[in-house]
Amino acid sequence: MKNKQFNTQCPMPKFDFDIITLGHGSGGLLTNKLLDSGVFTILSNDELDKRHDGAILKIDGDIAFSTDSFVITPIFFPGGDIGELAVNGTVNDVAMCGAIPKYISLSFIVEEGLLMEEFWNILVSIKNACDKAGVLVVTGDTKVVDKGKGDKIFINTTGIGEVHPKAAIATKNINVGDKIIVSNQIATHGIAILSVREGLKFETTVESDTTNLNYSILKLLDKFGTDIHLFRDPTRGGLSSTLNEIARDTRTGIVLQERKIPVAVQVKAACEILGLDPLYTANEGVFIAIVAADIADEVVKTLSMLDNCKHATIIGEVVAEHPSKVVITNTMGGNRVVSMQVGEQLPRIC
Amino acid sequence: MKYLSEYRDPDLALKLLEEIKRTVTKPWKIMEVCGGQTHALVKNGILNVLPEKITMVHGPGCPVCVTPLHLIDKAIYLAEEKNVVLCSFGDMIRVPGSKKSLLEAKAQGADIRILYSPLEAVNIAKENPDKEVVFFAVGFETTAPANALSVLHADKLGLKNYAILSSHVLVPPAIEAIMSDEETMINGFLAAGHVCTIMGMEEYYPIAEKYKVPIVVTGFEPIDILQGILMVVKQLELGKAKVENQYARVVKEEGNINAKEVISQVFTVQDQLWRGIDIIPKSGLGVNQKFQGFDAEKKFPLTNLRAKENKECIAGLIMKGIKKPVECRHFGKKCKPQNPLGAPMVSSEGACAAYYNFSVIT
Repeated sequence: MKNKQFNTQCPMPKFDFDIITLGHGSGGLLTNKLLDSGVFTILSNDELDKRHDGAILKIDGDIAFSTDSFVITPIFFPGGDIGELAVNGTVNDVAMCGAIPKYISLSFIVEEGLLMEEFWNILVSIKNACDKAGVLVVTGDTKVVDKGKGDKIFINTTGIGEVHPKAAIATKNINVGDKIIVSNQIATHGIAILSVREGLKFETTVESDTTNLNYSILKLLDKFGTDIHLFRDPTRGGLSSTLNEIARDTRTGIVLQERKIPVAVQVKAACEILGLDPLYTANEGVFIAIVAADIADEVVKTLSMLDNCKHATIIGEVVAEHPSKVVITNTMGGNRVVSMQVGEQLPRIC
Repeated sequence: MKYLSEYRDPDLALKLLEEIKRTVTKPWKIMEVCGGQTHALVKNGILNVLPEKITMVHGPGCPVCVTPLHLIDKAIYLAEEKNVVLCSFGDMIRVPGSKKSLLEAKAQGADIRILYSPLEAVNIAKENPDKEVVFFAVGFETTAPANALSVLHADKLGLKNYAILSSHVLVPPAIEAIMSDEETMINGFLAAGHVCTIMGMEEYYPIAEKYKVPIVVTGFEPIDILQGILMVVKQLELGKAKVENQYARVVKEEGNINAKEVISQVFTVQDQLWRGIDIIPKSGLGVNQKFQGFDAEKKFPLTNLRAKENKECIAGLIMKGIKKPVECRHFGKKCKPQNPLGAPMVSSEGACAAYYNFSVIT
């Protein structure tokens, strides 16, 4: 499902504490101990090693800038953890702007009592994810809050990147007739998280698809440039919410073909059992590309050769009819509106 | 997906639809009892393709929608004022009470947990012996066995801190109530497959006989629904009124005997208030005398809660099949899933939610 070769072996150094306490966020000796042997050791790079209050960076051309906070439960889940997610999430958000992510900031809010071993494992994941995506952590912060005032650990990352010289990513560039491509099977991440959160066991473990998408984006921009009109990653709220936002912002209609939307069979089955709709379920390693119709097949072909985009498919198109609405043609041939999700998807009675 | 995609086969659906069109000669009103069936009708666009002579009337089979308002208020009260861990299925969470929903109460700090199974609530009770845990046991016959089982399980574990707030309703008395209403124009029923999976079919024979109305036990996939409609129409056109089983791959004549046994151990049949409709005699399940220690109504007696219905909501008329959601003047305007006036707009089986979420483009 994702590139598992990337696994820096990083044994935890000996700390004279097993758990993180309020003192580790005080800014004093304990904070320095935690940072010296932990964060700075593992994430070391020229800019971070200056240990200044902020970073001074060089970037050519236009800058893409994005921020995201990660509050996931559980912090370790099949296919990833909160650290990897925090890097990939921001890397992908920057990439969706048509940019090449370069630097990220990293802020922890740790609930006291977090095991040092867990914190270490998260740091290792962050390091691996950064190396894989080609970004550097150049500034950061660590705070510790009282027990009960957090949920083990919250992470905020902010990223900046260089906008690709050939990129023209904006909703205003979307035209009627453009094709909508989804880069991989949807709903996998949401089901992976839910199955551990609810203690649901299936015959095969559904793993989160969290991955960095920046190289896939780069490849498409190098090859197709301004014919790519929009990239978006449909994370929370799923495919339906992102497409509804696009339809609303462009005042065009979107038509989807239900039978074209790629969903892994075990994810589809889990959705059926849990009463959830894959269209509303969260994704991590998936993006939507809206592209000129005449390059759509080529885009799919290019993507399907990449490891994390094997199931890339054209799932619909932009139309002049029913402006601001997303309509799906179901397998029975009927049409219905796909509305934006109101809140969380909730488990049903029967 | 095996055993599912077969029942969503577009070619087969078209064939069934053609056969329905060939069979029907007179106008018929058919009620699908269950909200799950309503959603399947709307989501798959079946309502739009049925011949004009067939009118589908959406029945009261949304357990969340018929749960009395005062019980929702009580659940909120227990969580907010009595330091109770209130556990519920997800559907119930957004339903507006007199003042707020469980979701709002949760946001304000009440310990309200959304669960998939009542047995999880028993585990919570076991792990938190210093706290009272109440499961909001809502549903038709379908969820009654699991809810009853939670009581038996808690009893076996000797737990004194677990109870259920029961609002269980039964389908056959509701069908009787609908048929005995003089205003009713229903000619035939699609009975709820999941309910009959538990209860079997025997309760439906006297109803079909008494009211001369065909009842077809039907599943929830598009092919099930179309086949169910065809079976009802065939009977109507021939002047028959039988109970038939479209959902034979799941429903047995006698139902699930073990599940029925569990229900009868814990529950007793009682008169039940259906929100928006009325009190229907012998149409609900309450916790019986033997297990009254697990009955939240008895454990936390409360009589001074004054539940006040929102007068702008016509949920009762919708659930009796007298009005369609789109005939409500607040539908999609003042009443939306994010700001509902009544339960049918937020329940996953509510008719208003079906019309709002899957509104049809022709």
